[in-house]
Amino acid sequence: MGYIWGGIKQAIALIIQLDPEVVEIVWTSVKLSTISTLLASIIGIPGGIAVSKIDFKGKYLFDTILNTLLSLPTVVVGLAVYSLISYRGPLGQLELLFTGKGIILGQVILILPIIVALVRNAIHEIDDRIYDTAISLGATGTQRFRLLISEARYGIMGAVVAGYGRVIGEVGVSMMLGGNIRRVTRTITTAIALETNKGRFSFGIALGLILLSISFIVNFLIYYLQTGDKE
Amino acid sequence: MNFMNNKKKLILVLVLTVLVSSFSFVVVEAKSGDRLILATTTSTENSGLLNELLPPFEEKFGVRVDVVSVGTGKAIRLAENGDADVILVHARKAEDKFVNEGYGVNRRSVMYNDFIILGPKSDPAGIKGMQDVTKAFQKIAESNSEFVSRGDDSGTNKKELSIWKKAGIKPDDSWYLETGQGMGASINVANEKQAYILADRGTYLAYKGKIDLAIVTEGDPLLYNPYGIIPVNPALYSHVNYQLAMSLVGYITSQQGQGIINDYTKYGKKLFKPLAIKPGNLE
Repeated sequence: MGYIWGGIKQAIALIIQLDPEVVEIVWTSVKLSTISTLLASIIGIPGGIAVSKIDFKGKYLFDTILNTLLSLPTVVVGLAVYSLISYRGPLGQLELLFTGKGIILGQVILILPIIVALVRNAIHEIDDRIYDTAISLGATGTQRFRLLISEARYGIMGAVVAGYGRVIGEVGVSMMLGGNIRRVTRTITTAIALETNKGRFSFGIALGLILLSISFIVNFLIYYLQTGDKE
Repeated sequence: MNFMNNKKKLILVLVLTVLVSSFSFVVVEAKSGDRLILATTTSTENSGLLNELLPPFEEKFGVRVDVVSVGTGKAIRLAENGDADVILVHARKAEDKFVNEGYGVNRRSVMYNDFIILGPKSDPAGIKGMQDVTKAFQKIAESNSEFVSRGDDSGTNKKELSIWKKAGIKPDDSWYLETGQGMGASINVANEKQAYILADRGTYLAYKGKIDLAIVTEGDPLLYNPYGIIPVNPALYSHVNYQLAMSLVGYITSQQGQGIINDYTKYGKKLFKPLAIKPGNLE
């Protein structure tokens, strides 16, 4: 027990002292996850609305595939993107492997299905009469789009947060595409994996605690935004 | 209501700040010009040597060296695919093949240490103090003592497999555990299982204070472990940063680089000995 307690105490000390290495790693994680989530949202929110409102041939199959992709393993995404961006792969000329951009590409692919599917569900839950009334009143495409976004805003926020939670906690994509390069692509999760191997137990715990805190803060903010609006 | 809205605005401002600063990073990353990708082994990274060796080079040349630490086999494959600029590895046969096939040029010897067998203090195979590593491996197999293998095509793994071959044993029994992980991670597994493991002395010394394993076999000439640095052939891949790779080779084999290697210690012991310049000739 002393071993674990000692580790936790040292971990808290590292956080309180704002250990520069810890700060750097946390910042790398936060910025990569933020950009990935933002890009995935820009594509995924309109995508989810389109999937919900547009009927096309083979939609049943599409929906099934989409639901399957929700549980896409991170290492599979890592492997697929790795083969694309390796210098010998089709996107090799862009030199994305072992950069933050490479990680972002993988993470966007990882959470795009999540955001699309959750936004689709949120749109489905809106009372159809609202949408039909808007159409009967002659709403333009843009107006209808804005109506749907505003009616489903809590569901959409939830979708974005789910995406963020997935990327900030994933290790497969970051490890395979980022290479865990110190000061460049070393994220909270890859550092925990690496530092535990090196026997730096408390360092790993410190990062783990911060990771949990980030998730807590993000969820708290969203909860606050959602309930604050209703009062 | 107004009060709530103000708070909400504050949160939105916070979120926007994170967003904007995140994006500024994309711009900054795009600007930061020269970067050199060094693919190397987990043993050099885990030993902590690179954190001492690389910063003076980065400062002198105003560049960033991105270290990707994988096993020797994977480092070589990365370079063969054009995904690294230069490699620092330890498997002479594979290195020569890499150069002969035209993937790398200008190999230089950098440093050496040696491999050792680590084992539990109870020593169930009874090999403590043995010098002949081939016989030691035979005894481990005969006594069915647990043995942890890297199993990752690394330099250490290649060395281990060559010793098994020399001992005439095909290790595939339940006592033979392949981790598929780096040197440090595998030492930790061996420590938890109290099993034998072939390790490089550098990583062992770096981990010494944290594990309950001791050196049981050392000193066999078979266990010599030299490291070489090889830039990727620019004639094959025009995109690699060959100039900078050669600068790194020059630096690491210079008085300064070799001196840092010679002076690097963990728990009061030297981890590597320089090969490019004899220690006696170092300033």
